[in-house]
Amino acid sequence: MKTFLTRRLLQSLVVLLGVSFVVFFILFLTGDPALVLLPPEASAEDIRQFRERMGFNDPFIVQYGRFLGGALRGNFGDSIRHGEPAFQLVVERMPATFQLAGAALVIALCLAIPAGILSAIRRNSVLDYVSTVVALLGQSMPTFWLGIMLILLFSVQLQWLPSSGRGDLRNLVLPAITLGLFTTARITRLTRSGMLEVLGQDYIRTARAKGVSDSPVVWKHALKNAAIPIVTIVGIELGTLLGGSVITETIFAWPGVGRLSVQAIYNRDYPVVQAAVFLLATTFVLVNVVVDILYTYLDPRIRLR
Amino acid sequence: MSTTARALALHEEVRPARREWTLLLRRLGRRRTAVFGAIVVAVVVITAVGAPWVSPFDPLEQSIGERLKVPGWRDHAGHVHPLGTDHLGRDILARIIYGARPALLVGFAAVMISGLLGMITGLLAGYFGGRVDDVLMRLADIQLAFPFILLAIAVIGVLGPSLTTIICVIGVSSWVVYARIVRGAALSLREREFVQAAQALGGGDGRILVRHILPNVFTPWLVVATLDMARVIVIESALSFLGLGVQPPAATWGGMLADGRVYISTAWWLATFPGLAILVTVLGINLFGDGLRDTLDPRLKI
Repeated sequence: MKTFLTRRLLQSLVVLLGVSFVVFFILFLTGDPALVLLPPEASAEDIRQFRERMGFNDPFIVQYGRFLGGALRGNFGDSIRHGEPAFQLVVERMPATFQLAGAALVIALCLAIPAGILSAIRRNSVLDYVSTVVALLGQSMPTFWLGIMLILLFSVQLQWLPSSGRGDLRNLVLPAITLGLFTTARITRLTRSGMLEVLGQDYIRTARAKGVSDSPVVWKHALKNAAIPIVTIVGIELGTLLGGSVITETIFAWPGVGRLSVQAIYNRDYPVVQAAVFLLATTFVLVNVVVDILYTYLDPRIRLR
Repeated sequence: MSTTARALALHEEVRPARREWTLLLRRLGRRRTAVFGAIVVAVVVITAVGAPWVSPFDPLEQSIGERLKVPGWRDHAGHVHPLGTDHLGRDILARIIYGARPALLVGFAAVMISGLLGMITGLLAGYFGGRVDDVLMRLADIQLAFPFILLAIAVIGVLGPSLTTIICVIGVSSWVVYARIVRGAALSLREREFVQAAQALGGGDGRILVRHILPNVFTPWLVVATLDMARVIVIESALSFLGLGVQPPAATWGGMLADGRVYISTAWWLATFPGLAILVTVLGINLFGDGLRDTLDPRLKI
């Protein structure tokens, strides 16, 4: 267990180092970070001075070292637009994004796991059919269209729910459903196929043969084993949710990291973009370490690998 | 070089021959949902290719006097606009038809790039294992750590939006799912007798990879590519929606949705129909891809 954990943490460190390099490199894609950061109307003299001041004339590796050192201390430079430290701007908006992603995940799990289990044990029933079709539609529907359609129905036509902003729970409903639908669809399909596979195993037949009635078979024997792929997918889906928040937050004017970074890209405010990408990626990596640790409790065989 | 080794090399080749492909096609043809998906995709492709002939109107022709007209509206010349007109008086059906072009083009081209990259990395990682595998799989972890859309828009923001940029950015950053599937398959193939026989016969690594491993990882790769195309089309429309896709006035489904969002309280049809176009296309691809997976490789988990 200890070696597993050490190795896993070391791997994550390597990944985070790679992440920091990619984030740093974004500014160098066109070859000249000064042109990316300065407004188009900057004069040649401005550009020269800016290069000097920011140290863009130093060797590439020195610049990366400086960036990494800054990133570790939470310093990504000041926002070009707001003048405040970029890191602070992003961190201030993290809770809103976590709230939205968390709510979406809760909705997804509460809908998908029962739906997946029920369609597996009542295979080919009407319920199975409906949940399969809904999951398929959910997987094929673009998030931003769903969001707009929900606003059209619940905010414009029925006027039940607000279409933008963050405040009480009513503000959370539409964005959370929008963000959670794709994940709901994925987890439903995965739970169903996982349960079907497990229910076909010998030990389930044994349990039934020795007279265990239906519901303990499903809940105690089958679900425990079907839970393993579900836990993995939750870790991966968190990436989808954090990425999806970019679109969902833009549609619903939700004041989170996603909306901040889209605005920062429009404003060419790259310190903020770098801080946002780095922090969201770090969150994803850390959550997946936690998921892997949880995993070893569900499936002790993994510790031995 | 023993005769047994050679005999094994000949017999154990599991690559489906042409006969087997026809058999697979026939099995696929029995899945009604897959056939339905294939028909939907075919219709979208034909419409996109034949847009100038299929489209009832010019997708770029503006007419301020005819703006925001409801679906089914008939103009002065007596032409019906079946899905109405947008905020600049352009016909929505025509724009949806033309919008299929960037969607399919980006979908296909990006999948080809990422599929090729993923195939190469997956083959190398699975066949050679060891350090090569470690390095490539860490690269995959780094790639996966990024929220995809955010990284894509950050890069496109720097490089400036264009068709080529979008294709390259999506293509270069979507290789991981292919690499993982191909790697898994290559790992197990490496231990099979026909590969070991080929090695015993003195076949070079490159030759074994191309002649023996590649044909056998092709079917799972094809399934991944099909399903990934659905994802890429959604991403293309999301980028256009954010204004970082193919630039206006060219018609894109995502761009139409972004326009429609502004008029959501007065003209519902602007945002509704382009979204339906995305939904139907992606659904068609997903249905076909699911059928393909169940036919070719039912145990594949993607």
